[in-house]
Amino acid sequence: MNYNVNEKGYYGEFGGAFIPEMLYPNVEELRQNYLKVMAEPSFQEEFNQLLKDYVGRPSPLYFAKRLSEKYNTKIYLKREDLNHTGAHKINNTIGQILMAKRLGKTRIIAETGAGQHGVATATVCALMGLECIVYMGEVDIARQAPNVARMKMLGASVVPAKSGSRTLKDATNEAIRDWINNPVNTHYIIGSAIGPHPYPDMVTRFQSVISEEIKWQLKEHEGRENPDYVVACIGGGSNAAGTYYHFLHEKDVNIIAVEAAGHGVDSGESAATSVLGKEGVIHGCKTLLMQTKDGQITEPYSISAGLDYPGVGPMHAHLCKTGRAEFMAITDDDAMNAGLELCKLEGIIPAIESSHALAIFEQKSFKPDDIVVVSLSGRGDKDLQNYIDYFGF
Amino acid sequence: MNRLQQKLQEDKKLLSIYFTAGFPSLNDTVSIIEDLEKNGVDLIEIGLPFSDPLADGPTIQASSTQALKNGMTTEILFNQLKDIRKTVNIPLIIMGYFNPMLQYGVEAFCKQCQEIGIDGLIIPDLPVDVYHDEYKAIFDKYGLINVFLITPQTSEERIRYIDSISNGFIYMVSSASVTGSQSGFGDEQTAYFKRIADMNLKNPQIVGFGINNNETFTQATTYAKGAIIGSAFIKHASSEKLDTIGDFVNTILQ
Repeated sequence: MNYNVNEKGYYGEFGGAFIPEMLYPNVEELRQNYLKVMAEPSFQEEFNQLLKDYVGRPSPLYFAKRLSEKYNTKIYLKREDLNHTGAHKINNTIGQILMAKRLGKTRIIAETGAGQHGVATATVCALMGLECIVYMGEVDIARQAPNVARMKMLGASVVPAKSGSRTLKDATNEAIRDWINNPVNTHYIIGSAIGPHPYPDMVTRFQSVISEEIKWQLKEHEGRENPDYVVACIGGGSNAAGTYYHFLHEKDVNIIAVEAAGHGVDSGESAATSVLGKEGVIHGCKTLLMQTKDGQITEPYSISAGLDYPGVGPMHAHLCKTGRAEFMAITDDDAMNAGLELCKLEGIIPAIESSHALAIFEQKSFKPDDIVVVSLSGRGDKDLQNYIDYFGF
Repeated sequence: MNRLQQKLQEDKKLLSIYFTAGFPSLNDTVSIIEDLEKNGVDLIEIGLPFSDPLADGPTIQASSTQALKNGMTTEILFNQLKDIRKTVNIPLIIMGYFNPMLQYGVEAFCKQCQEIGIDGLIIPDLPVDVYHDEYKAIFDKYGLINVFLITPQTSEERIRYIDSISNGFIYMVSSASVTGSQSGFGDEQTAYFKRIADMNLKNPQIVGFGINNNETFTQATTYAKGAIIGSAFIKHASSEKLDTIGDFVNTILQ
């Protein structure tokens, strides 16, 4: 079984490039060039240098001693929360901004939900001196004021998406429309492992630095490269794609994907796409998608804005369908409690997205000598207000 | 030869109107189609509303959102159209995004279209190669013509390829834009219209996006076989009473 993308842009039956003809030249230009550009030594060198000096990589692989004691297993945390801008998102935006420059683009657009990808994009645009326009749902702008301010400080224009439900999926629609209107000078930095081919593969490759580091770091800690489990939360699935990438074809490594159950998978307010979704087409790819019987895309719900997306990346849809990954769904309540537990036991305030991944230890038992690597995809600063409201601090 | 192919052979410039089914009210579909035909429109694109119409601008998106709120579904649209061929003779095309068709079942969708008397489909997010490899045989089986888009950025090689697998008309997007987002055509568009006309394609071209009055209609049809009006008609339908459809069409054709 192959879990990587094939030459036509598919992961099994998922993926492809379901785009209007207006986008064909842009996407085709990228498809023809992305692997070539990424393979250039000068690209590799610049990318790696920035990851090291600017982002602060490698991010530590931390043995969480007290958490491990509590759950009687060996838990390692991959500390993406310590990256510049506070999450894994920057790995991808660094890669894509270098790609955009090599393709001669002068204008960058992006979509953002909670604002993390928007901030990571605005950051690299400032770094490279490129114009940056970030589309963000009107509803999200209202509830994520600090990130809106960050983007503005970094020189980006934040454009409200006023159509549809005025959240992430609508921001994505608006970014796509912008790209249709500006086909020559603009690069669209998609923030997750979604979109038309080659985006899911390109984003996955830029994020794959996460699993590349896990391998050698675990070797240092434990004398072996492969853990028994890798665990990551999934919205669109970019941190998960990067966490799994170098383990996809390692049969002895179990993969766990953690989705947001919201108020409960059957509550009508959930983002657990693997359970609630059906095969469909969204934002340019065929994947698992939450939709009505009639094929209208529905609004997901999660307390975590980063997991609040009605689809998953096509690679993850394939991992789900083939059974390569075990999918678990974690409710708001369980995630919030797991987040607070990490604060108390390890002195780390996690993003609510990452808290979903941490919550699996209450639901699933591991053997004492199992090595479980959890991607701590982001830090919790951005979620402080949510934590305050939830726990009443 | 179906109704659409016959219409394309007529010696006149064609006016095509797009409207979103279920807008402004759920049950306006049939009367809008009948009125458009009565007032001299040559061809109608019936929009199947979608929650996330990413090639469309704010006007069509808003009408789609409203249509869905009004309760429009694929099933209801097919029911509304089931007797349409008793009263309407001009070619009818359904324009919609791929996901609702995929959920209905592409073959079941095409079969319904044939039973109703739909002549063709426009599916902006179904790429040419996927259509060719996976769905062309089904479209052919039910006598449906699939219409593809080209834009000013489409390469000559790709235009030739699209022309080779088309058997109706080519939908020529007037400029790099979503629907309803520009006013007036400049030299750039005229040069593009002429460039395509000079390619002597086997399929006639109908221009869409940015046609909103007699002037743009005339500019577009100087080189092309016809022109499509969408957003401008939706705006008319949302602000005026539907009994003034004739006035709208007359201002275009004059």
